[in-house]
Amino acid sequence: MSSLEIKDLHADVVTDEGSKEILKGVNLTIRSGETHAIMGPNGSGKSTLSYAIAGHPKYEVTSGEVLLDGENVLEMSVDERARAGLFLAMQYPVEVPGVSMSNFLRSAATAVRGEAPKIRHWVKEVKEEMGKLDISAEFAERSVNEGFSGGEKKRHEILQMALLKPKFAVLDETDSGLDVDALRVVSEAVNEYKANNEVGVMLITHYTRILKHIHPDFVHVFAGGRIVESGGKELADQLEESGYVGYIGKAEAAAV
Amino acid sequence: MTVTDDNVASTAAAAEATVPAASRGERFSSYDVEAFEVPSGREENWRFTPMKRLRGLHDGSAPATGEIEIDAEPAPEVRVETVGRDDERIGAAGRPSDRIAAQAYSSFEKATLVTVPTETKASAPTVVRLHGPGEGKTAYGHVQVRAEAFAEAAIVLDHVGSGTYADNVEFVLGDGAQLTVVSVQDWADDAVHVSEQHLRLGRDAKLKHIVVTLGGDLVRVSPTATFAEPGGDVEMLGLHFADAGQHQEHRLFVDHAVPHCKSNVLYKGALQGDGAHSVWIGDVLIRAAAEATETFELNRNLVLTEGARADSVPNLEIETGEITGAGHASATGRFDDEQLFYLQSRGIAEEQARRLVVRGFFHEILMKIDIPEVRERLEAAIEAELQAVGV
Ligand SMILES: Nc1ncnc2c1ncn2[C@@H]1O[C@H](COP(=O)(O)OP(=O)(O)OP(=O)(O)O)[C@@H](O)[C@H]1O
Ligand SMILES: [Mg+2]
Repeated sequence: MSSLEIKDLHADVVTDEGSKEILKGVNLTIRSGETHAIMGPNGSGKSTLSYAIAGHPKYEVTSGEVLLDGENVLEMSVDERARAGLFLAMQYPVEVPGVSMSNFLRSAATAVRGEAPKIRHWVKEVKEEMGKLDISAEFAERSVNEGFSGGEKKRHEILQMALLKPKFAVLDETDSGLDVDALRVVSEAVNEYKANNEVGVMLITHYTRILKHIHPDFVHVFAGGRIVESGGKELADQLEESGYVGYIGKAEAAAV
Repeated sequence: MTVTDDNVASTAAAAEATVPAASRGERFSSYDVEAFEVPSGREENWRFTPMKRLRGLHDGSAPATGEIEIDAEPAPEVRVETVGRDDERIGAAGRPSDRIAAQAYSSFEKATLVTVPTETKASAPTVVRLHGPGEGKTAYGHVQVRAEAFAEAAIVLDHVGSGTYADNVEFVLGDGAQLTVVSVQDWADDAVHVSEQHLRLGRDAKLKHIVVTLGGDLVRVSPTATFAEPGGDVEMLGLHFADAGQHQEHRLFVDHAVPHCKSNVLYKGALQGDGAHSVWIGDVLIRAAAEATETFELNRNLVLTEGARADSVPNLEIETGEITGAGHASATGRFDDEQLFYLQSRGIAEEQARRLVVRGFFHEILMKIDIPEVRERLEAAIEAELQAVGV
């Protein structure tokens, strides 16, 4: 049983014009086996939260803690965090020209597992996982994310999750850019991973449609850089009905 | 006709498309060194070159004090000869267009001639290794590679060692010849090398000209491509990697003066360390007679550390509207933090992530080098460069 604890997390985005506080005291604990949906309006800081956990250099944590099984994640480099069992499926996966997907996946698996996977097992494993996600074999020789459609990028993010087997996965708007069929395929892959592994999931989304496929144990409303309300699945239904309007006002009032 | 012009400059470098005051086609050329004025460094042609580091190659104060040593491993079908400067074949590909090239032309005593006979396909690459004259010594040289009509071959000119060296290299392609040439500048740290390379293509000839610059204190390579007859196709590829204090300059000129010819230029450079400087000039001239020309040139630079600088100046002059296509692009960027973050977020350590990105950057060019021995050697050289500074 693992836990990911986020305690009173404050973070700034650092730009050429200076820094600006985006996260204003996030508190959240996720245990393995749990799925937490984080829902919130555009610009509320959901991606910032996921980047702060992963250690993106543009985001600076100014106070608070992130603990993985009691270990301070914020002191680890980006790659150490991944090797410790954190995974971020990005909202906008990055293109890396000239680096083939197969080389990338193998380098990542070697790093995370601490040894190069045996080539025959590896080929079979990759083929199987690609099959589950309806990814055709030719993608292996293409450059990482280069020229992939939005949906193809998202499938590859989940492929990486399945191969790297994290203890905690942050899925940042994995549903956006997916059509109905793709959403089903991707959700099934996530559900299968959840069923077969001890994993905690933070599912960031703007819409409720993915929650019909991946059932959350907890739903949190994220607005103005913090969690403003938490509940069960019924909270998502309520959001579907009335949107975020009420929360935006509340968050702004709270921030004054 | 399509003309594209896409120019992206970043903080690390200056990239500008300039049209020089005079057309590139009017640049003076001569075999006689005295016909050129001593350059001061302010001329368009010299403004990026650190003149003090030329060791007098440009002002007549550097007499030959040594010799270039040559050893060749020719394919069985290919002939390598050493000839005197009076050999009538010499000078066929073009006249020197700057004072150092003219100095080299006036000063060399022996030339190396590599001939691929008519309608012959070489069964293996030919490697010609040129060893510098040694530290503190100066040498002048001349090399001519001749691919006679319908010949096919791959030739590697491998420059290694120490010293100061200026030369002219000619590539003379007969009708229908197909030649791949690689000029590798893998000099020791002290070396200064200034080279004018003259590419002359016969009817329907095809030349792949690859320049690889890795070592040396100052390396300046100026390839000029001309077409004797229609139907020529030249692909000019370059790969360079400058370390702290190194100056690497590549000045290209493609002179389209006859119809139905093609040129495609792709140069990629990486730079790292204080004072690493690369200069890329890409002049393409499409003269009025050169109808149905197709040309594209691209230069990309990757600045890996602070204190390195890349200058990139593409320049396209078009004197006829009847062309098939013409375009150029140039961009210089720093290491992409997003790419590094992405790779690291998958557990890949920073150092390895950087290597993956740099290898990825050069991948496009390496894939076009179809001589496996050369490609493997370059891959190894890039690895060594990365290792040296722990990028
Ligand atoms: N790199 C950046 N440069 C400038 N501003 C940024 C940067 N990253 C985030 N911000 C700002 O921080 C705020 C939060 O952005 P973030 O991407 O975390 O929101 P989000 O909740 O993920 O939104 P969305 O639903 O659109 O994905 C926004 O106002 C955004 O403009
Ligand atoms: Mg977001």
